[in-house]
Amino acid sequence: MGEYEPTIIAFVCNWCTYTAADLAGTSRLAYPSNTRLIRMMCTGMVDPKYVIKAFLEGADAVLISGCHPGDCHYINGNFKARRRVKLLKEILPHFGFDKRRIRLAWIGASEGVDFAKTMREMAAEIKELGPTEVREQMVL
Amino acid sequence: MAKTVKIEVKEQNLLATLQKFFKTLLQNGDIDALLVPQHLPMKNSVMPTLVADPEKIDGVDPLAPVFPMNSAKVVSKLTRRPLDEKIAVVLRPCEIRAFIELVKLKQGETENVVLIGMDCYGAYGNVDYTRFAGDDGSDASLRFYENVVSGKGTAWEDIDISPACKACEHPVPEHADMVIGFVGVDTKDQLLLKAITASGENLLEKLGLPEGEETEDRKKAIENLVSERISYRDKMFDETSEATSDIKKLTAYLGNCVNCYNCRVACPVCYCKECVFVTDVFDHEPSQYLKWAKRKGIIKMPTDTIFYHMTRLAHMSTACIGCGQCSNACPNDIPVMEIFRTIASYTQKAFDYEAGRSLEDEPPLSVFREVEYNELTGGKD
Repeated sequence: MGEYEPTIIAFVCNWCTYTAADLAGTSRLAYPSNTRLIRMMCTGMVDPKYVIKAFLEGADAVLISGCHPGDCHYINGNFKARRRVKLLKEILPHFGFDKRRIRLAWIGASEGVDFAKTMREMAAEIKELGPTEVREQMVL
Repeated sequence: MAKTVKIEVKEQNLLATLQKFFKTLLQNGDIDALLVPQHLPMKNSVMPTLVADPEKIDGVDPLAPVFPMNSAKVVSKLTRRPLDEKIAVVLRPCEIRAFIELVKLKQGETENVVLIGMDCYGAYGNVDYTRFAGDDGSDASLRFYENVVSGKGTAWEDIDISPACKACEHPVPEHADMVIGFVGVDTKDQLLLKAITASGENLLEKLGLPEGEETEDRKKAIENLVSERISYRDKMFDETSEATSDIKKLTAYLGNCVNCYNCRVACPVCYCKECVFVTDVFDHEPSQYLKWAKRKGIIKMPTDTIFYHMTRLAHMSTACIGCGQCSNACPNDIPVMEIFRTIASYTQKAFDYEAGRSLEDEPPLSVFREVEYNELTGGKD
């Protein structure tokens, strides 16, 4: 086994962050390949259970990233996402998941550079934290 | 505002007094029906009954230390569409608080219903109650009540009221239209009846009862009861936090769960009409299970136990009122209430919310503000 590489699940919205990720790619910006993007139509449809499931299946971190406030294609989906992230950051730490493993970001369609930077930062931070307990131990 | 009267207790029989009181209430004709716990004639169990005929109210027993379900769900069934008739419902404080949550989730209405809240010394679990009650349920209710008032406490032989009740800091109803009080009241000769809202007052006026007052003794007795409950509760929070502080411990804590989902069915505030855990989403292909087993080496069957509980925590912990019906419904005696109340205490605090506190407070996950919690995005708005 090589060096530990964290797995980051990123729920990104179709209109902003997914486009930003696409831009990062076409601009040939480098960002860690351990990110698994899941394209959603809106961050407002990220049910807390998706995040919970990701962690229980061994994800080391979860990013939810969508449009800047006011830019949501569906007017306010990102605000709903923000409340849910707030909620998850209350629940998950009680079961041993570090708060830093859940992240919310606003990355607009033109911000490919910002997307690559966020992913690099996040990967570095999670690498330092190490794998989650779920990954280390077999959790039934 | 609030108007207080007293109900005279005849021959020191609290139950007979309450039976007569509810009968009068129905006879007066201001309400068309009354939802109240009664001993069912066919079996000596206590269930909510909807009574329209004043002659059919003899088994009434709101003092019975048991509530087989949280009646908020029943009241929601009765009020989810507009009703021409007026009904009154007799509820425990936790049932009222659950109903408030349901109203805010648009699954009930307060319009045509008069909420009559009763003080509550707690209740046994369903199985324990059957043993406690023996053959004569109404006698058992008085026995329970007398034990509490005389200072013997709620325990009987090896059973005691449920941990949810021991940890309940709301023994007195706060959002009823009308409250029947006995904590700190000299119930040898009277019960307290207090109208809090206009609809409660309307009903109360017609009863023509002598004026009463909320004494200092009552206030003190309530204070003592609440502080006792709070110290039990806080200890429970600490112990439960410790027992579930990582995923391995949580797995052990929920180790006996068989995914029956009874806790969800019993939960008054689990508001989804159809729970995702019983939909096609979790009807996996047989080959899917094998894939998982191969990837992980071993999986527990049925799968997704932790996932289920954590999802429920995310979905309804902000609405959890702590009635403990989840634990009551668990066939394997998992302390479900303990973990839900513990996590709920954190999630509700995070949104400065308290489930069941008022109809005005917005449920945290049904609303949002444009500018809030920007620390989540590193200060970016």
